[in-house]
Amino acid sequence: MGLVQLQRQLVDYRTSLYDEGFLDEQFTQLQELQDENNPDFVVEVVSLFFEDSERLLNELSKALEQQIIDFKRMDARVHQLKGSSSSIGAQRVRQLCIVFRNYCEAQNREGCQKCLQQVKHEYSIVKTKLESMFQLEQQILNAGGSIPV
Amino acid sequence: MEVAGEVLQSGSSQELHVLAVDDSYVDRKVIEKLLKISSCKVTAVESGARALQFLGLDGGKGSLGFNGLKVNLIMTDYSMPGMTGYELLKKIKRSSTFREIPVVIMSSENILTRIDSCLEEGAEEFLVKPVKLSDVKRLTKDCVTRGETEGKDGGRVDKRKLEDDNHTSSSSSIPSSPSTTTSFGCGLATSELPLSPMHSSKRAKLRDRD
Repeated sequence: MGLVQLQRQLVDYRTSLYDEGFLDEQFTQLQELQDENNPDFVVEVVSLFFEDSERLLNELSKALEQQIIDFKRMDARVHQLKGSSSSIGAQRVRQLCIVFRNYCEAQNREGCQKCLQQVKHEYSIVKTKLESMFQLEQQILNAGGSIPV
Repeated sequence: MEVAGEVLQSGSSQELHVLAVDDSYVDRKVIEKLLKISSCKVTAVESGARALQFLGLDGGKGSLGFNGLKVNLIMTDYSMPGMTGYELLKKIKRSSTFREIPVVIMSSENILTRIDSCLEEGAEEFLVKPVKLSDVKRLTKDCVTRGETEGKDGGRVDKRKLEDDNHTSSSSSIPSSPSTTTSFGCGLATSELPLSPMHSSKRAKLRDRD
């Protein structure tokens, strides 16, 4: 695929992520912080988000497997996940975290379990999409082109 | 008068050293970037305890960090395990050595009682997360300007008052961002800080730029 097509594909892909609600304005803010001094800034922050999220989702799974659930602790984890997803603009994950916190507050085990499944699902989708987007960007750079804004 | 403008442009001698406190890796990375873009030196730590350690409030020497830089501004997350940002704020404001360092609280939750308690305890500002570059630029710019104009403004002003003796009385316009502000001072110079309302100093800057 030619460079121009690659660039067009990236722009379309990125636009779809916003249109479909996977990403919000905050992601744009992050991109605007990237410059020649720190050309991998977005990838670095998003990678931290992936690490953080995977750890939190694991801990949440374990917490829900317990006989006696520590809802307060779970809520703290969900709050952290909500915070980091908000910071990178992962809108759907963030919105689900809000619902999840309500279930934690209500100490509703079933609600929490359902929410956790949904969050895991949305997280894996946005992760795949962001990775695809980064791959496209890398292809463009490898072809000697620049990333369109 | 071009003084304020020149100072902001020349940069390095007025570079602020900001201590950022947040338990989230992601948020630390982002705030660090926002501050670097705003021409600040940054030290980012993951907890209130580490922040106190860095400041030397846990029994150490002074507000000199390990690289000898005085801290001009502290930005801390509110919800942190162990010591909350609010608790950190209280400790700083109750310290005779550090109470003049402005402390800004950041929180993803826009809760009025929370905002009020923080301001009551002496927080300069309460920012709702995610923090924007425009927030950081405004904060740090006002910090530099305060450092420049302090000493010319005269005595301390009660935090709750929105008027300053040396400026014409201004409307109590609240900035359109979700943050709530009272007064600001950064202590770039070593003498005592007068606390003037931020919007009032903005007005002064606008006048100076004409």
